[in-house]
Amino acid sequence: MTNIVTDKTIEDKTAYSRLIKDGLWVENPGLVKLLGLCPLLAVSNTTINGLALGLATILTLLVSNTLVSVFRSIIKPAIRIPLYVLLIASTVSVIELLMQAWLPELFITLGIFLPLIVTNCLILGRAESYASRETVKFAATDAIAMGLGFLAVLVLLGAVREFIGQGSVLADSAFLFGESARTLTIQVFDARHGLLLALLPPGAFIGLGLLLALKNMIDQSTTAKQVMPLVEHQSAHTAKEGTS
Amino acid sequence: MNKEELKNGLILGSGAVIALLVIIFVFLFTKPHIDKTNQQQLSEHLAELLTPGSYNNNPASDSIMLSHPALGSDRALPVYRAMQNNKPVAAVITAIAPDGYNGDINLLIGISVEGEVLAVRVTGHRETPGLGDDIDKRKSNWIHSFNGLPARLMQAKDWQVKKDGGQFDQFTGATITPRAVIQSVYKVAQWYLDNQQSVYRQSGDTAK
Repeated sequence: MTNIVTDKTIEDKTAYSRLIKDGLWVENPGLVKLLGLCPLLAVSNTTINGLALGLATILTLLVSNTLVSVFRSIIKPAIRIPLYVLLIASTVSVIELLMQAWLPELFITLGIFLPLIVTNCLILGRAESYASRETVKFAATDAIAMGLGFLAVLVLLGAVREFIGQGSVLADSAFLFGESARTLTIQVFDARHGLLLALLPPGAFIGLGLLLALKNMIDQSTTAKQVMPLVEHQSAHTAKEGTS
Repeated sequence: MNKEELKNGLILGSGAVIALLVIIFVFLFTKPHIDKTNQQQLSEHLAELLTPGSYNNNPASDSIMLSHPALGSDRALPVYRAMQNNKPVAAVITAIAPDGYNGDINLLIGISVEGEVLAVRVTGHRETPGLGDDIDKRKSNWIHSFNGLPARLMQAKDWQVKKDGGQFDQFTGATITPRAVIQSVYKVAQWYLDNQQSVYRQSGDTAK
């Protein structure tokens, strides 16, 4: 009896660490799946904007994955897509209202990209390909891992674009953390000397391209070092998920 | 219709109803707070645009909707009125500079009955980051160059960037944006000075 429990716990542990590794690196939604490119490219002009949208996305993903997993037995295949969309849209509406009430400045900054989380195919993709066939604890872990992976790319891209474009680190942090956070902002050089391109949409594409290249470079050098290839990981998810 | 379809329909329908109820609940729950936040933000904005202590009403709740080409929009826009003991002292006028580099620039313009521009703020714009967005108070001090300008005494030619012979600084690489803002403030100031009686008429009074 005890043996079975331990086995199960070990199995769970491996599953969890696999999920987290997938979300953050191997299957990273921003760098590998390239899901949710529209908000990723549009909102990653500062660290704070990226962080805020990333947090809102994690929250949406967590709620939608959990609910999809909870109701997976009553959601019939024929009606699953409209139900997922309904669920995600309602979650986003609720987050939007809460944010408007308590984080109004951030609400204005994120603007149209907050309601557009609904159309982020990362969320529908995880509901369809993962949460609909797994238990709640795995679905929730997957949501957090994938969400964190997306957030990491948003923040990284945001930090790089902000620094190159306007020479600052953590600008407008008061929007997210309140007035006391104003001191977090560091202006390294005058905004006038920034590279404007980095702040504009083309800069986002170039920045994401460079990040992708960097990730592939790291992956290649690790594969070269280990003789074990990454094939094993890829087979787990690629077949299930569509891109858009 | 077979049983399976009916069941699916029911699940979908009840799902929609539940989702709707949840959103209605959250909406009603957050509404007072959202209204309060908006009103508070408006009051703070307006206070920045008026001389502190010069008025004793609450301009955020004393507004009149007016529409005029000088305000830059076909829609009626709110004009907030600052009064001292029911005597007009100043107004904050919502205006749109329609000819920014990337479309509309939303402005709030504070101006006193004597014709002094108190302050100007940009409340919304899509100007190029790093070039045109110096009109934003958070990016540069340029917007403060309107503070205290005697609109009644100024000539049309003064309301221009230095490059065009006026008295305002232009931005490196962006003259369209400051021109649009300056022209809008100029037009609004002229309109205000010529139409004070309609700005300060009682809200119930519908005469144009």
